[in-house]
Order: sequence, then structure tokens, then C-alpha cells
Amino acid sequence: MAEREFWRWKEYNWHDENIDWKGCDTITAGVDVGSVSSQAVIMVDGKLYAFASTRTGSDSPQSAQKVMDWALENTGMNLDDIHYKVGTGYGRVNVPFADKAITEIACHARGGNFMYGNTVRTILDMGGQDCKAIHCDERGKVTNFLMNDKCAAGTGRGMEVFADLLAVPIEDIGELSFDVEKEPPPVSSTCVVFAKSEASGLLRKGWPKNKVIAAYCNAMAHRVVTLLERIGVEKDFAITGGIGKNIGVVKRIEDELGIEALKADGDTQTAGAVGAALFGKALLEKSRKS
Amino acid sequence: MKANYGYMDGSGEYYITIDTDHCIECAHHGCLDGCPKGMFEIITDDYDDEVAQIKEEFRKKIKYDCADCKPVKDRPPLPCQEACTPGAIEHSW
Repeated sequence: MAEREFWRWKEYNWHDENIDWKGCDTITAGVDVGSVSSQAVIMVDGKLYAFASTRTGSDSPQSAQKVMDWALENTGMNLDDIHYKVGTGYGRVNVPFADKAITEIACHARGGNFMYGNTVRTILDMGGQDCKAIHCDERGKVTNFLMNDKCAAGTGRGMEVFADLLAVPIEDIGELSFDVEKEPPPVSSTCVVFAKSEASGLLRKGWPKNKVIAAYCNAMAHRVVTLLERIGVEKDFAITGGIGKNIGVVKRIEDELGIEALKADGDTQTAGAVGAALFGKALLEKSRKS
Repeated sequence: MKANYGYMDGSGEYYITIDTDHCIECAHHGCLDGCPKGMFEIITDDYDDEVAQIKEEFRKKIKYDCADCKPVKDRPPLPCQEACTPGAIEHSW
């Protein structure tokens, strides 16, 4: 019997049936090939039309193609109908159908500006393999950024390691972390391997899973707050990336910073792909003018 | 834009900050030859500006690659900072 993979986020796709893309002037797509998951977003005339989120496999071009095909599913649209396609994420140069590759830093700033509004000035992108603190202006242009991709502490991968260790579905971790009488001290925040062995020790001591989860969420929040404090936090503040969906980490970051993060209507994990699609629109319009 | 390249680990924070707004107006790109390890390169960024950045292969070990220019005693001015006439380069440690 196959073992359950507790660390996996659900894969899904969506499209807006109320939009008739055939009558639209600009159709652009953004494909964010991350280390853990890939997202594709299709925008028509600057409006969100369709998106898909799936797992990144060992083959980045194949993952890009798979997620794009899934976003196009049941829309009646083909890849050739899209006027401009932008690749982003760590696998951005491996998106075979992309017209241009743009860094995920610029795309998350642009996508964050679209999803949270033009008042957002600090974006924390908590991705699968790295964490980025980004400052941006009212147009979503990056003014300052800092990333930490040296180790897995404070990244989505770190959380996945814990979900697997504790056999708790990753989407439940946030809520479960609040089911403690008193906030426990954080486990090691400098290394996921150390944190994992520390957590194993705590479980052996008899700590319930919820308490261990709370200790790790606490450690992760502290880790990224240190990163944020290096460049400073300017209001408004928003969190993108997969960890943005983990209320246990988000709430603890808010508490430590003393600032409430803006809440998004859409999936925080799609911010990079949204930004890439918006870059595509701007580049398409620029090319049409020249 | 201030671009911070480097990392923090259990031993501290190691970042080189490049203020790319200064790079846009810089014509001679002294950083390219100024760094003895050749850590800098000029790229066209996402906003179509020609700016300096730290090469990918150095970003996770700058503490060690910069060590030769940072003796514990009698530290001389950093060659990358001296070579960068617009003053775009800062080190965090």
C-alpha cells in the first residue's frame, strides 16, 4: 500500500466561466516553476482568467508544460492563443514556450501589488526552497530585496519535513499549532536538520504533536522576522508563497512584528505567476507600440 | 533598487548590498576588475537596466570568498568599494 504523503499541497485548477476570452485584446500567461510546486496563470486584458497549481517534478520543462496544459483545460484556449508568456521561479529558464524569463523577486512584487493593492510596500515570499523579503513601490517595482536560500530553515521545504515527521497533513498544520495551552519555546531556527532531531527528542519526551508543531511554527516565524528586520518592514505588509497559507506561521510573524499582514482573495502561492502574467501584458503592449 | 546578495546562517549575516540605482549611471563598471575574486558581473535586470550583481556561484559562500580582503587586524579599504566610484557597494560584516 502506498504511504500517504503528508507534505503535499493539493493540486487544483480553476477558470472564470464568465469571461469570454475570444473577444479580448491581450492574453498573457505567467508560469512559476518553483522547487516544490508550479503555478500557471492566464490573464485576459489584465484580469485573472485561469490558473493551475501542481507539483514540480524532476523535469522542469515537463512541469511547466503540465501546469500550463492544466490551466488551459476546459477553457477552449490553446497555447498559441496566448500572446505573451513569461517564465519565473527557479526553473524559469526551463519554460520551453516562454517568450521571456523574469526573476521571481520582480514577479512577486508585481503580483503582490495586484493581489493586495498598490499600498503594499513589504512582501515576504515564503517559497519552497528560499525566503525573500521584498520592498516595492506603488507600481510594484522592487526597491530593495533580500533572500535566504542557503538553508531550508524558514522555507516551505522545512515545513514539509515536519509534516512528514509528525504525519500531519500540511494544510492542517497552521490550525493545529494553536491547539496548545501555552506557546512553547521555539525549536532550532538555524537548521531544519537540527530542528527535526530536536523535534524527535521532544516527541520522545512526551510532547504532543500540536506542541511540537507550535514550537516549529514559532521557530520559522522568528527566522523570517530576522530576515525581514534586516531590510525593515514598511506598511502595508503581505505574505506570498505557500507558507502564506499557513495561519500558524503567519499569525506568529504578525505577533512578532506587531503588524497585521494583508489578506488576499486569491491563493498566495500564485502571486509569482500573476506577476509574470502582468509583466507579459506590459511587454506585449510595449512591443505593439514599437 | 537595493539588492542584497548573501545569506545568514548560524554564525552570522553575510550580505553584499548593491544599490543598482548607482549602477545605471555608471559607465566604467570598476567592480568587475576591482574584486580580486571576480565576484561581480553586469547584467540587464528585469527592468531593462544594466546593473551589477554578485555571480550566482559566489552567493552562498561570500563569507569565505571575501575573507582574503578582510583580515582581522589592520583591515585595508575593500577593493570592490574602492573600485566602485558611485559608492554602490556595502558589506554587512
